This record gives sequence, structure tokens and C-alpha cells, in this order.
Amino acid sequence: MTARRPPVTDWATDFDHTDPQWVADPYPIWEALRTTCPVAHSDRYGGTWLPVRHDDVAAVAYDTEHFTSRSVVVSEVRPGSNDLPAPIGVAPPITSDPPFHAMARRLLLPAFAPKAVEALEPFTRELCRELLDAIEGRDQVDAAVDYARHIPLRVIVKMLGFPQEDADVFRRFIRMVLEDVDMSPEDRQAVEDERELEHYIDARIAEHQAEPQDDLTSFLLDAEIDGQKLEPDHVRGTMVLLMIAGIDTTWSAIGASLWHLARTPQDRKRLAAEPALMPTAVEELLRAYAPVTMARLVAKDFDFHGCPMKEGDWLLLPFPAANRDPEVFPDADQVLLDRVENRHGAFGLGIHRCIGSNLARMELRVALEEWMLRYPDFELSDPAAVAWSAGQVRGPRTIPTRIL
Amino acid sequence: MRVQVDGEKCQGHNRCYAIAPELFDVDELGFAFALHDGAVPAELEEKARMAVANCPEFAISIVETP
Ligand code: HEM
Ligand code: SF4
Repeated sequence: MTARRPPVTDWATDFDHTDPQWVADPYPIWEALRTTCPVAHSDRYGGTWLPVRHDDVAAVAYDTEHFTSRSVVVSEVRPGSNDLPAPIGVAPPITSDPPFHAMARRLLLPAFAPKAVEALEPFTRELCRELLDAIEGRDQVDAAVDYARHIPLRVIVKMLGFPQEDADVFRRFIRMVLEDVDMSPEDRQAVEDERELEHYIDARIAEHQAEPQDDLTSFLLDAEIDGQKLEPDHVRGTMVLLMIAGIDTTWSAIGASLWHLARTPQDRKRLAAEPALMPTAVEELLRAYAPVTMARLVAKDFDFHGCPMKEGDWLLLPFPAANRDPEVFPDADQVLLDRVENRHGAFGLGIHRCIGSNLARMELRVALEEWMLRYPDFELSDPAAVAWSAGQVRGPRTIPTRIL
Repeated sequence: MRVQVDGEKCQGHNRCYAIAPELFDVDELGFAFALHDGAVPAELEEKARMAVANCPEFAISIVETP
């Protein structure tokens, strides 16, 4: 399915975020580029830029005039005639630009504001306990597969009011969108033409239209922009976005945090002994293992710090690299669970700040709290078998773990 | 000491509200505002500094009052 690309030999002129070296450990690559070539370029994917310093990542995130969000996932295919034009894009608000972006975003904010998210905490805690109950008594578990990956999926399915047993439909779809950047244009088109997920969602929308519920689906169907109900394309696009944006990302954050604790006994012991440290620790784990790299398309030719950017070029926006910039974070490559000054950008910067950030934080904190209560002591049983996802969302997809 | 939230810069990361709920609250969209007109009692000054130091958007500032 995936056509292998030639291995990268020079990261400043030929980088590829799907190269096995980047997938396994991107931090040394960014570290080297920061001092030698802070805005790298590659001809791959038809031309891609890569800023790695915090200030440059922030500058791009704030510059919606020269960079469009019309597509935020780098692939061989740029948005085409099948896709909604800017400023709306296929999945508002993440693919939207100003001024439309603000309206599409505002619509969603109340459902994900801190107080709305607090209400989901008991469900999330109960879910984590159930997952832990299911592995009770085993001394070997996969912390990613048996635990982390179920949590965000089931929370979103619950918020949307979809049947919990349909989780697999989403899982398949997300794999395709996020991890198969190497798919040929023809293959990708073929998959997109099947429109499996769209049919599924349309069926759920019809059910909710017939019988409105107190959930996010009915909330979206009822929502209005300028006195107009949303177009069905907009509602569907938003749901797809919430699933894609919320599931692999949070799975990755929970997984990476458990992976870190499994291989760092002093941090594990400290968290077990000082549960009050958890909120600070969660921010540090988000900083150090930020899972999400976004992308932009250059909207018009211009010069960015001496780099001749051309309309239509991709630009990878690595918030994880910004979070490791020693100019902003002392000892940036060290995980310091009590780092109290930590203005990390794991959830992005500027107008596209992750709408799900309060939800993701809550899930991560509750997932770690419940795990630590049940299994304060654990370790990697096969460190070499830990596999990291390729693509713009980075997290461990398997974490063989021994319960001690 | 007083704290101020710049509504133009705030993007609703909610770090301030998590760190110092005594000083900040959030509206129904998740944007922050300073409570009590920004007044910071002496025992909360450190928390105010922490909120400033953790806002990813540099939206919070401290105004020293004589
Ligand atoms: C740890 C988990 C997560 C991380 C690290 C993360 C990261 C991000 C980042 C970096 C952005 C900025 C996009 C950009 O600048 O183009 C973003 C946007 C977004 N995220 Fe998340 N996310 C996470 C979880 C979630 C969850 C749980 C949801 C919802 C259920 C969600 C929904 C969204 C949405 C809707 C946007 C688009 C916001 C906009 O364009 O205005 N995310 N996320
Ligand atoms: S931390 Fe900064 S951006 Fe976030 S809500 Fe507070 S003031 Fe706004």
C-alpha cells in the first residue's frame, strides 16, 4: 500500500517527515537544524518548508495572510476541485481561514469550554476504570492498544451521541487520513470515492433529525451562522474533523506519557508519591511529547527570513519542535515534571488553538491518574518493540508493558 | 499588583484559569478574564506570575500598583 520513499540523506535540503529516522526520533534532527538551517526546504511532496525554531513556528501560526489552512495534512495531493474552496475548506474550522474561520470556530467553542468539559470527567474516569478492570490480573499489557487508544475514541463517540460499538468505523478512517501520506494519488482518490464515513455520518444525522438528542450532533444540527442553519456538508465536515482531530492526537499524548513513565522510574515514583503534581506534570508531558505537527499551504509568493516561498508550497508546522527550543525552554530536551514555567504550544498558537485542548488535558490527566492508582509500578517489557506512528501525529502505537 | 488579560491575544488555552482560578475565570466560549478588576492579593502574587509565565499567547500582563 505504501510506496517507500528514498531514505533522507540531508535533512536541511531533503527532509521527509515519514522517513523512518524522523518517525523513530525526530528531536536530534530538529536540534541540528535549529543551529544550521532553521527553515529547511525539501522538494518532496511537490515542495515543502520546515521551520524548527519556536519564534518561526509562532510567526507562521500567526500569519494567516501568507499561509492558508486550506489543507493541514501534507500529502502528494493538494486540495483539488473536489474540495470546498478557501476560506471554508473541507473540515471547518481547521481548514478555514479568516474571516469565515472565526464563525465556524465560535460555533464549537461552547461545547469544549472548560466547564462543559468538566461535566465529562466522571464518564471518562469510569471508562478508564472499566478498561483497567478488563486487564486486571495480567502482568503483560499493551498500554497503547489495551488502554490509551480506547479513551478518546469512546469519549468523542459519547459526545456525538453515536453507538459505542461503531468505534471501528472511525478507527479505519482515521488510519487512512493520518498515516497513509505515502499512498499514491490514485489509491487515495479511490478510497475517498468510497465515502464510507460520509454515508455512516449521514445516517446518524438523519436519526438525529428525526429525534433530536442532548448531544453534540443535535447541537450542530441546531446551530446557526448568521441566522442560517449549517449546510449538511459543514456539519459532516465538522464531525469528521472532531473525530480525526481528537482521537489519534489524544491517544498519542496518553501513550507517550505512559511510555515515558514506564521507562523513567524516578518520575513514576514521584508521581505516585505526589499526585498533586499531576496537572504540572501533564503540561510537561504535553510539551516534551507534543504529538501534533500541522501544515499550511503558502497563500502567495513571499520572502520568509530569506526563504523564497511560492504559492502552493507546503509548510510543516512542527509545534513539537517549537516546544523543544532551548531559547524558550531551558533544558528543553529534559522532562522535568515540576517545570512550572511552561508556555508550550502543543495545542497550537493563534487563532487555530486546539478547540479540544480542555478535553484532551482532562482525558490525559484522568487516564494517568487512574492508571497510576491501579498500577503505580510498571516498565517496558520490550523497549525495541515500541512502534511510533508515521505522519503528522506522533505517538506510540504499541507499548509492551510489564506490570510490576 | 494587578493582572490584565489582552482579549485580542487570548486564544482560550485556559492555562491561567487552571493555575489561578482565584484570579481568572473563563466565559462560555473559553476566553479568560481577570476577576475582581484584576486585583491580586499579596498571597496570590506568585500565582499571578505563574499565570503570566504559562500563557502561550503572552496575553496576560502584570501591572504593579504602588
Ligand atoms: C493531546 C491531544 C491534542 C493535541 C496535541 C491537539 C493539537 C492541535 C493543534 C496543534 C491544533 C492547531 C491546528 C492548527 O494550527 O492548524 C489543533 C486544532 C484543533 N483541534 Fe486539537 N489536539 C488534540 C486533541 C483534540 C481533541 C480531543 C479535539 C476535539 C474533540 C480536537 C479538536 C481540534 C479542532 C476542532 C481544531 C481546529 C481548531 C481551529 O482550526 O480553529 N483536538 N489541535
Ligand atoms: S492562558 Fe492566556 S490564552 Fe489562555 S485563557 Fe489564559 S489568557 Fe487566554
